[in-house]
Amino acid sequence: MYRSHVLVCGGTGCHSNNSANILKAFNEEIAKANLTADVQTVQTGCFGLCAVGPVVIVYPEGAFYSCVKVEDVPEIVSEHLVKGRLVERLLYKEKATGKTVKALSETNFYKKQTRVVLRNCGVINPENIDEYIAMDGYQALIKVLTKMQPQEVIDEVLASGLRGRGGAGFPTGRKWQFTKDAVGDVKYVACNADEGDPGAFMDRSVLEGDPHAVIEAMAIAAYAIGAQQGYVYVRAEYPIAVRRLQIAIDQAKEYGLLGKNILGTGFNFDLEIRLGAGAFVCGEETALMTSIEGNRGEPRVRPPFPAHKGLFGKPTVLNNVETYANIAQIILKGADWFKSMGTEKSRGTKVFALGGKIVNTGLVEIPMGTTLREVIEDIGGGVPNGKKFKAAQTGGPSGGCIPAEHFDIPIDYDNLISIGSMMGSGGMIVMDEDNCMVDIAKFFLTFTVDESCGKCTPCRIGNKRLLEYLDKITSGKATMQDLEDMEKLCYYIKDNSLCGLGQTAPNPVLSTLRYFRDEYIAHIRDKKCPAGVCKSLLQYKIIKDNCIGCGMCQRQCPANAISRTDYIAPGKKLAAMEIDPSKCVKCGACMSTCKFKAIIKE
Amino acid sequence: METKMINLKINGIAVSVPEGSTILQAARQAGIKIPTLCYLKDINAIGACRVCVVEVKGARSLVAACVFPVSEGMEVTTNSPRVMSSRKTTLELLLSDHKKECLSCVRNKSCELQSLALEYGCDENKYKGATSNYAIDDTTPYLVRDNNKCILCRRCVAACKEYQSVAVIGANARGFDTHIACAFENPLSSVACVGCGQCITVCPTGALTEKSEIDNVLAALADPNKYVIVGTAPSVRVGLGEEFNSPIGTEVEGKMAAALRRMGFDNVFDVDFAADLTIMEEGTEFIHRVQNGGTLPMITSCSPAWIKFIEHNFPDQLAHLSTCKSPQQMFGAIIKTYYAEKIGKDPKDIYVVSVMPCTAKKFEKTRPDQNAAGENIPDIDAVLTTRELAKMIKRMGIMFNDLPSEKFDDPLGISTGAGVIFGVTGGVMEAALRTVAEKLTGKELPSVDFVEVRGTKGIKEAEYDVAGIKVKVAVASGLANARVLLDQIKEGKSPYHFIEIMSCPGGCVNGGGQPIRTADERNNVDIKATRAASIYKLDKEMPLRKSHDNPAIKAVYEEYLGEPGSHKAHHILHTSYIKRGL
Repeated sequence: MYRSHVLVCGGTGCHSNNSANILKAFNEEIAKANLTADVQTVQTGCFGLCAVGPVVIVYPEGAFYSCVKVEDVPEIVSEHLVKGRLVERLLYKEKATGKTVKALSETNFYKKQTRVVLRNCGVINPENIDEYIAMDGYQALIKVLTKMQPQEVIDEVLASGLRGRGGAGFPTGRKWQFTKDAVGDVKYVACNADEGDPGAFMDRSVLEGDPHAVIEAMAIAAYAIGAQQGYVYVRAEYPIAVRRLQIAIDQAKEYGLLGKNILGTGFNFDLEIRLGAGAFVCGEETALMTSIEGNRGEPRVRPPFPAHKGLFGKPTVLNNVETYANIAQIILKGADWFKSMGTEKSRGTKVFALGGKIVNTGLVEIPMGTTLREVIEDIGGGVPNGKKFKAAQTGGPSGGCIPAEHFDIPIDYDNLISIGSMMGSGGMIVMDEDNCMVDIAKFFLTFTVDESCGKCTPCRIGNKRLLEYLDKITSGKATMQDLEDMEKLCYYIKDNSLCGLGQTAPNPVLSTLRYFRDEYIAHIRDKKCPAGVCKSLLQYKIIKDNCIGCGMCQRQCPANAISRTDYIAPGKKLAAMEIDPSKCVKCGACMSTCKFKAIIKE
Repeated sequence: METKMINLKINGIAVSVPEGSTILQAARQAGIKIPTLCYLKDINAIGACRVCVVEVKGARSLVAACVFPVSEGMEVTTNSPRVMSSRKTTLELLLSDHKKECLSCVRNKSCELQSLALEYGCDENKYKGATSNYAIDDTTPYLVRDNNKCILCRRCVAACKEYQSVAVIGANARGFDTHIACAFENPLSSVACVGCGQCITVCPTGALTEKSEIDNVLAALADPNKYVIVGTAPSVRVGLGEEFNSPIGTEVEGKMAAALRRMGFDNVFDVDFAADLTIMEEGTEFIHRVQNGGTLPMITSCSPAWIKFIEHNFPDQLAHLSTCKSPQQMFGAIIKTYYAEKIGKDPKDIYVVSVMPCTAKKFEKTRPDQNAAGENIPDIDAVLTTRELAKMIKRMGIMFNDLPSEKFDDPLGISTGAGVIFGVTGGVMEAALRTVAEKLTGKELPSVDFVEVRGTKGIKEAEYDVAGIKVKVAVASGLANARVLLDQIKEGKSPYHFIEIMSCPGGCVNGGGQPIRTADERNNVDIKATRAASIYKLDKEMPLRKSHDNPAIKAVYEEYLGEPGSHKAHHILHTSYIKRGL
């Protein structure tokens, strides 16, 4: 028995911040202190509060150390592990109150969360199947294989009301039912782990922190629909997830939980990883399957739907990682338990990746129906630097922005669609008063234009032209007629594109137009960017009466746009400077170097 | 089993169509034409261009009629304002990234994008913005790709892959930068492209064209020191008329000969003569192989794209190929040797032009070992496609439809029915059987019609009893079908003695150099069968229908070559192959 456990986050965020060396340092220091027999170190998956990583948690106290560096390790070992004294200076402090919090569970960030999908992330060592089994792992698989008929499994999932967490929210049980009912000797189950929305990383976290949950769920799905082979399509940019998933698959095989005659029940199921080359469109189900088949990842027309003609032309169930991560618990705890969470039409929880202008950047899991305000203010800690919240983008580049007026709307699939956004895979990017909404629309559209596969005309050329309209607007060259044409083009692209990527690409434009049309008009009519973001519409000016003529700005200017005038402001000794707007490249270097508030941007 | 019928309404018109039909097919039955660009029957149903969108009651967005299956009680609208404005926008978007040099484009007035732009009243400058600027690929002697005119319908990609199993082109890059090219942007000349030109005939715009040799031919005609001889392949006479608004497959042999004479060619000959010559050599080779334990099955070698295909894909099976040059090359070779001697001309002063339904012939003439009269004296100097000939006739102000019917010149304009059927899949086999059978039995055939090898089916087989020998033959057209037979050979499982292969589906009548028909025509008319019917009609009406009965052929052997398969014949009329690999 160990008296203490040191959990070091090994998620991608903390890993990039040197957490592997922190773990190494702990092992060395613990050995030096002769505590190897008493203290166990564990590399876990993501804790969620990535903003304050690398994260280390020491049990039994539950002490939550944030922003830990390798140099801090000797102190934690000698003080906490040897002497039993918490290292106060490293404990997490609430940004809002400045209060030191001892345990992770006490933080505001965690208090309002309900962790179903992420329950094991940051708790177990994902590279050790025994730890998963100790957390009821594979119990659900045993239950379905020994006590349930395939139809009962589907009925349970149907009754739970679980909807696909990949974006569109199609009822998972119905998808399974279609595939089970489809005629075919060979059927497949597949997992979409090609998480591509900018800023979303919940699927990666599940694979990194709890890979067996996905394996177990896929085996259950295979049993339910009558498949013997599964594929997990993961993007190659997720090396840690890929490695841990492979370790998990190997261990499951070794334990007889994958492969032939699983648990002696006669059920066979094998699982393979397929790596994606990083195309966003491969998250679209038909493109994903085309890619697995070894072809260029492009969507194909539906119908036929994958349930009838999917991978290699065979009936296929395709769910995303987060959807699968719910399955084992629905089987174990029952549909009623799952239904008790969330809203009538959106049951269970949803993981969001908080990013942008928010204090607690990270992963949060909330029951459906939680309001945007609770997520952003209570869990996310609000907008930093005293700035005003402007909008949140959900659904990534396919979604839309939600303005402050909808702050109290309960988050679920249908509510988000009703206000012009969508759930998507769960990216949530917060914007404050400094964000220009036209620029935001441009950001997302630039992404989709880049990621369009180029197969259909509306997406390939239409979205390019749409982006060119936005460019025209943000550079002050557009007319009101352009705005009208652009809006028409948006609806055309939605109505005519081949796949979901194209059909949803104009959403960021349409939703910003819906809530922030005045900003568009300001760019067009007044040639002004109200948020001061669009460079072409900005001018840097020197207020001569504030200028002491020190010349710092002139030295910083990379474009030789600043020169000395012959005007000496009252009370100043040197002549003031001025900016030649025709030479200015609007880099802002002058403004940030001026200590006398003599330079403004307007 | 009876096909289940589905009842639906299109623009309020009730139609009943077999289950599994698309909206496009059902609409046709209701007398409604839905425009398409990317769709091509049997090979390309990808719903990519979005020109065929229609409204289906209850559907969230518009759907592509070319791929969307009908269902019971469906209500479809094909011409609502929503549909028509969408199609117009799609066309305007395509036009916004299309090199609009329509006035001088080779496809002016035969461009599907142009026709639709006109139908939908498009503003070709509606969307301004970035345009593509791709380098033109003209690295091969037969084809020019200008991606600046490409609309990414991918019909060429499908033709290359599905008809031919060659698959050397595909989509590269993505989004707005997507373009059709070879892997790793390699030039077409460096890959296993066979030059069949099927991609050209399916291209809706001017993105793909043959490499024109019109200027070379005009220069030769204008050169007083050149004796310019022209010969036409069998299929040209059933294709050329289409360029002058005649119905598909109209036979215009007489007018064609008249036109060529008026263009100033010194001799107007017929490559059908060389087809008869091919039969003499190939038939003899086949008999020799059968009687002496040579490599079997023997495979025909008339189709240059097929030759390049086997050289790339089955380099270890080249011994199966007949060593005979193609009729085109025999034509040039016999002119520059036998005929040059006969008319007392230095072969260096003779310029031979062949008119072909084919683009691969432009490559074939550049092959090594195709210069019977000596080094630097190519058998063939220029190859024109049927399309190029039509263009020349128009440019020279010849009113084709008003021309009288004229005959080819003697002696190399004399041919038999066996020669003309070289233009159709199964034709070479039938022509060979006519001669081989009589040679082996020494008796006249009761009937010269070997109907088992006729028809447009991709692979045909038959067994004949020839002088007590059971001869098992197979005929394939379309290289994807050829691959099936070659895989059999490779595995040692081929039951055949003699195989005919033509690269293009249906044979030369449907070659890559033939007049281009729109996708709508291709989808609704069996073009290759229609042209083939004219060929068989010609055969039937010929006084002579067996190559060995051709008096001009007899003369060539008597006066010059000796026996078929003689040393001299080998030197002039046979060739060798190259192991190219992939």
